[in-house]
Amino acid sequence: MLALSYALPSILIFITAALLILVGAVGVLAFKNPVHSALSLIMTLLGVAVAFIAQSADFLAAVQIIVYAGAIVVLFLFVIMFLGVDRNDTVRVDPLVGQRAFAGVGVVITVGGLIALMARSNWVTGAMSVSTSGVALAPGSGNVQQLGTAVFTTYIFAFEVTAALLIIAVVGAVLLARRERTSDESKS
Amino acid sequence: MNVPASWYLVLAAMLFGVGAFGLLTRRSALIMFMCLELMLNAVNLTFVTFSRTMSDIGGQATVFFVMVVAAAEVTVGLGIVVAIFRRRSSTSVDELSEMKG
Repeated sequence: MLALSYALPSILIFITAALLILVGAVGVLAFKNPVHSALSLIMTLLGVAVAFIAQSADFLAAVQIIVYAGAIVVLFLFVIMFLGVDRNDTVRVDPLVGQRAFAGVGVVITVGGLIALMARSNWVTGAMSVSTSGVALAPGSGNVQQLGTAVFTTYIFAFEVTAALLIIAVVGAVLLARRERTSDESKS
Repeated sequence: MNVPASWYLVLAAMLFGVGAFGLLTRRSALIMFMCLELMLNAVNLTFVTFSRTMSDIGGQATVFFVMVVAAAEVTVGLGIVVAIFRRRSSTSVDELSEMKG
């Protein structure tokens, strides 16, 4: 019945993306070794990239692979190896009694409420933004140009602010990571 | 015809739930950061889905900015983790209790 309503390739792509995303996400939680969790995170990010491509967000899929899988996860792995926490990740008893149960109940209520809310509003809420009202989203790779136009015209202020944010983040990270060593050197 | 948007929205909600559960239960700061990334990706997926449904490029532009902010957040967050690890030799958030009231 589903295959009659929707094209079979899109269903297969969705199932592939869903499996990649959910198996990877559960793996992030389930693995005891942080390195395995980071590798499982890559699987989830690839699944999200597949979902992006299936929804004709090609540029974002490429950025997803390059920035997330290529930079952020490598940063995670670098810190894990640098700190050596992959050897002594001790799994102890929860200090808070019933934390897992409360977290599970809270998450189930939140997700269930979210899905119920979306289902009641026919899955579409909100209004169009001011940028491209009435202009149809070009399918496939055609919307890369649309995205570039939107980022560099409508959202130009936000784009400039992200440039400043990246500079601040880099300076802050260098400051945080180097402070200890410089104080040691000044002491010795 | 593509699959309906509701499938992707439910998938994103489930991914968000898994990430939130991990953030609430795991003790290692590194794993908590990874779960944060899961939740950010779930929200990104929702943005892209609504961008397709409403035929509006604004959703994809927002995802672009979310990715930039996520990269900056991870950089600073891992810098803090490294700084704490040098002082405490642990990334467990339970041992950071100096500011307990």
